[in-house]
Amino acid sequence: MELPSRWVFLLFLLLSSTKAFESEVDKEEFQEELLLKPLPDRKVLAHFHFETRAPPCNSNGLHHHHLFPKSISQMVEKFRVKEMELSFTQGRWNYERWGGFDTMSSNNAKPPGVELWAVFDVPKEQVDASWKNLTHTLSGIFCASINFLESSSMYSAPDWSFRQASGSLRYGMLPREAVCTENLTPWLKLLPCRDKAGISSLMDRPSIYTSLYYSQRLHLTSIASDLEGLNLGIVLEQTLTVVLHPSSQRTGLTHFSQSYLQPSWSLSSIFGRKVNGRCVLAKSSKVYLQLERGLVSQLKKSENYGADYIASEGYDGEANFELSVNPDRVIKEEHSRNGISSSLLYEFSVDKYSNSKPFDLGLTWKFPVIWSCQQAPLHASRFLMGSGNERGAIAILLKSTDLNDSSLVANSAMDGCELRVNIFQVVPWYIRVYYHSLQLFVDDQLKAVGAFVEKIHVMPSKDKISPGMMEMVLKLPCGVKSAALTLDFDKGFLHIDEYPPDANQGFDIPSAAIGFPDFHTSMLFPSNESERKSPMLSKFQESSPVLLYTEVLLVPLTTPDFSMPYNVITITCTVFALYFGSLLNVLRQRVGEKERLLKSKAAAKTGRLSDLLSRLSAKLRGRSQEPMQSASESSPLINSKLALKVLLMAALAVAWQYYFG
Amino acid sequence: MPKTETETPKMKPRPIVRLGIFLISHSLLVCVVCCTAGVLALLLLPLLAKNTYISENALMPGSASSMVSNRDISEANRLASDLSGLNFEPQDAAALESRGILTKYMSDLGAEVSYHKFHHKPNQFHPLHFFSSPDSTSSVDNFSCSAQGINTVGIIRAPRGDGKEAIVLVTPYKFGKSGTAETLSLSIAYTVFSLLSRVTWLAKDIIWLVADSQYGEYAPVEAWLRDYHTPVFTGLGALNADTCIKIDDLYALEQKPIAQTKISDGFRRAGTMAAALIFKVADRNELLEDTLNIYAEASNGQMPNLDLINIVNYLAVHRQGLRVKVEKVLSLLDSRWLEILGEIFEVLGKVARSLNPGWKFGISAADYVEGSATLASSLYNQALGIPTGPHGAFRDFQVDAITLEISPKVSSHNKARHNEFLLRGGRLVEGVVRSINNLLEKFHQSFFLYILTSPSKFVSVGVYMIAFALLVAPLPLVAASLYADANQLDLGVKNTKSTTSAPNELDITFRSWKWLHAAKEAFSRSCMGRSCFTASIFHLSNTKLQPNVQLCNLGFPFNAWPPHPVLDSGLSIYPCFYISTRGERRVGYFEISDHLSSLHWFASHVSC
Repeated sequence: MELPSRWVFLLFLLLSSTKAFESEVDKEEFQEELLLKPLPDRKVLAHFHFETRAPPCNSNGLHHHHLFPKSISQMVEKFRVKEMELSFTQGRWNYERWGGFDTMSSNNAKPPGVELWAVFDVPKEQVDASWKNLTHTLSGIFCASINFLESSSMYSAPDWSFRQASGSLRYGMLPREAVCTENLTPWLKLLPCRDKAGISSLMDRPSIYTSLYYSQRLHLTSIASDLEGLNLGIVLEQTLTVVLHPSSQRTGLTHFSQSYLQPSWSLSSIFGRKVNGRCVLAKSSKVYLQLERGLVSQLKKSENYGADYIASEGYDGEANFELSVNPDRVIKEEHSRNGISSSLLYEFSVDKYSNSKPFDLGLTWKFPVIWSCQQAPLHASRFLMGSGNERGAIAILLKSTDLNDSSLVANSAMDGCELRVNIFQVVPWYIRVYYHSLQLFVDDQLKAVGAFVEKIHVMPSKDKISPGMMEMVLKLPCGVKSAALTLDFDKGFLHIDEYPPDANQGFDIPSAAIGFPDFHTSMLFPSNESERKSPMLSKFQESSPVLLYTEVLLVPLTTPDFSMPYNVITITCTVFALYFGSLLNVLRQRVGEKERLLKSKAAAKTGRLSDLLSRLSAKLRGRSQEPMQSASESSPLINSKLALKVLLMAALAVAWQYYFG
Repeated sequence: MPKTETETPKMKPRPIVRLGIFLISHSLLVCVVCCTAGVLALLLLPLLAKNTYISENALMPGSASSMVSNRDISEANRLASDLSGLNFEPQDAAALESRGILTKYMSDLGAEVSYHKFHHKPNQFHPLHFFSSPDSTSSVDNFSCSAQGINTVGIIRAPRGDGKEAIVLVTPYKFGKSGTAETLSLSIAYTVFSLLSRVTWLAKDIIWLVADSQYGEYAPVEAWLRDYHTPVFTGLGALNADTCIKIDDLYALEQKPIAQTKISDGFRRAGTMAAALIFKVADRNELLEDTLNIYAEASNGQMPNLDLINIVNYLAVHRQGLRVKVEKVLSLLDSRWLEILGEIFEVLGKVARSLNPGWKFGISAADYVEGSATLASSLYNQALGIPTGPHGAFRDFQVDAITLEISPKVSSHNKARHNEFLLRGGRLVEGVVRSINNLLEKFHQSFFLYILTSPSKFVSVGVYMIAFALLVAPLPLVAASLYADANQLDLGVKNTKSTTSAPNELDITFRSWKWLHAAKEAFSRSCMGRSCFTASIFHLSNTKLQPNVQLCNLGFPFNAWPPHPVLDSGLSIYPCFYISTRGERRVGYFEISDHLSSLHWFASHVSC
């Protein structure tokens, strides 16, 4: 505790001293926010958002950072990173239950494992080199095996389907990377207060790692202020999204009447900690509670919900739920279209709380309420087809969800009733995909691929050099019920030293990204000062295309039996010995040498041993000839014998049929 | 004689040739010796059986204490009473209602529930019935609503899991007309399922398939697996669904106010299957104690990995105190000669032990009889190639699966006894699921080729192949000797008219090699019946045959069988009976030319 306080003190000194000189220049600033959101399936989403900004400074390239992590700024400067995102994820985002059509899911729902993409501000031929260096640096910073993304068979360069970037984007995924505290600690180190104070002190390791979904993300953007690009302004955005399971659910299950009642929770019950005031270095420190559109409309429907709830702040006995802390402000989303209820945000400022009076937000439900989240226009799932170790097929199935009519109508009016779907899929080289075998089924009918594909870009894999990549834009009719895409593949063979540990588990095909470029998610808030202040809300206001990830697939490949090296060595040695022995024997022998030798021997002497041997062989000969003669005599009999045997077999078969059939 | 020898020294053939000639010239003796030794080795197999051991360390069976609680059991009992409380007169309505209840219970646990419709195709291939029943012309598209079954599938997604792998639990259930035993198996499954929906250790998704067993237990599982692995995207299924109003009723029934109970009609998947457990409760009651029957033989004699049987056996015996049994040939149990043989072996074992206490191969006579009865049943099932339960369908897709059949002790209608049975069954299944869940890789450590002689003893392939090889070895020898006779080959070394000219001698050595060729051909023919060999033929011939063609039984050499118009009878042609992917019975032809490498497969369009 001593060290941070001293540091803080020093910082205050610095701030106060520099204030006079740099008042006109934007200062580095840090903001912390937390969003809590009840989910329809009795879970709670907690979304931490930390933003650190380093403005471009004009002191000729010599950067002195007050708040901004030096390692990140050095990395950005060195590798000319324009934009970068790194995410560590454990678990799957449940698009059906937790929503697939809001900013939260399209920005924070990530594929399992590690995903990294980066856009570089360097000439195209240097992009790969920068990427390799970047992966090693990140690997060091975050204690993860991101450096495996260095090899060219692990990353790809999508042109347009994932994100618009002219050739300077690199994208890589490690689906099998395990995520744990060792990745969280370096991530927390980038925050000025770490997890010692402020909102981040809620991150109790046992409770966040027992969550159903855990995604830790780091996004940074750099803005070059001058032409040379020497002075960079960097925005570092760190988010942690967890889906937690309030523990009161268990008691609710036994009684059916209670089972529909959402579990009540508080910060101390889901995290096991409370917020003891803000991080003193943060410019603002806020907690939001979001009630999404579906929930608000359900609440409105129920008569318990007072219309003047927001205005009068009279949340006592009458309301559906009760908050333990009075919100400082209620922000109502301004919806551009009428008729749809908008989501609500309760804002709590942590500034006024302290050690003696910790902040502990609690939500108690009083009446059951059931709602559902907004779904993406199509639900995507991906699976493997076929069995065996030789070949198979990847299928991507898109199914329409019960989308809100209004949004569909609004969008369809714009683009002549077409639903565009971006598909971006990277396949490792040992899954040899035959792209010509692409088949498209729309509404259960096999359709010509050309009729529905607007744009396609395929990069076939090269063995051990680069993965296969497919980007495509599908143009589906609006009322499409389902669309399926299949691609056949052969399973390749790996060299013995290319197998990873636990090779018998199978091999992963990383998630495919499915985007809907026509659909954007954004929330509009009343245009007062709030969105300027809060980076999270301004992030929500940005319109981002709907994006979802499919499942990771596990392909069983032929795997040698590693556990039996001894057997293999023995058998191989035996085979080699036999082969080379006989080969040498044949090569060494001269034609006719043997009989010459025999002849010379016979001429020289007739030993007693050879005499004995010859007598023995004569005896053998005499005996061996007899049965053969008898066999040759009886050879005409063979046919009748054969017929007899066949008859016997037939009789047996009939008997079998009779008794067992 | 010695005089002639000295005059013309003989050309000695190579030792291997001499050995071959020796064996062929004494083929009768060799035959008798080999066959006797083979039969003896077969009879010795129960003695040579080793104790099973868990080879994969990651499984760690029974290392965690069981978590099945009384709450799960009371929930399961509630489900059972709800289901048995239904007594609708029309059976369809009862089936519909019971399916609805089951769905509601499943989705209350937070599982994703979906229905899988399938059409039952009654013409099942059966090798024993193949010759007798003249074929009912199989037509693919006369689906009728009456032959439609509906499987109920519930999936629990593992929290924090990546959804790459899944464990499948299967309970056959006859909706609307099930007995108490089937309901009991459903309650065991529900007990486990409700536990698994809460646990945090799950790394693989859990699929619970309630197979609609009104058309047998194999058909629904097989249909579900086929749709899981090779779905059809064209609208065949959708068309049929429209014609069957029954199904639409089903969906109409599901109008629950809760968002979670929304039933999706789509097929839901959960990654690559790691293993599958089929469990059911037998109708018959055991006198002494709760008994567990394990069935493992899949189609074409394939077996699941031995580790799967080991963990079930370990948990059942050491944790739950169940008596584990494997199928046996009951008639052998009373056979007198086997008993005498067992006694002889027992005495021999005792003698051996008295000579050297280190030798421990003697087993008691009763054990011997039991072991050989089990061995016989195991051999019979593997040779016949017909799966002994629904687990056979899984093995066709390279998923290890076994069927557990639990038979309760004489059931008085005692509630405590009933709950104890549920607890035991639930804990057993939970333990097995937990072990498989621990497994990072798929099953590969232990044996795939083995014969069980008791639930805890097995004979591995290295041992039983000796007996098999001894029985097969005379065939090429006899063939070679017949060939030699037919061609008037003198296998003995010339002594009468031996000339010193070199080309003649070379010719003789050349000709003496021909027996090898004959032996090769004979051996290949004798091996044809083995499925492993036919599989390699499929590979060689590079045909369009689907890999899931299940049975290809090679018939007799081509004499009596329906002649193919294109082929002339001079070639050695083998008919091969198999089921095509569309379920038709087909006959194909193999032409086997001189060397084995050029096998030809005529996928004929003659259906028989």
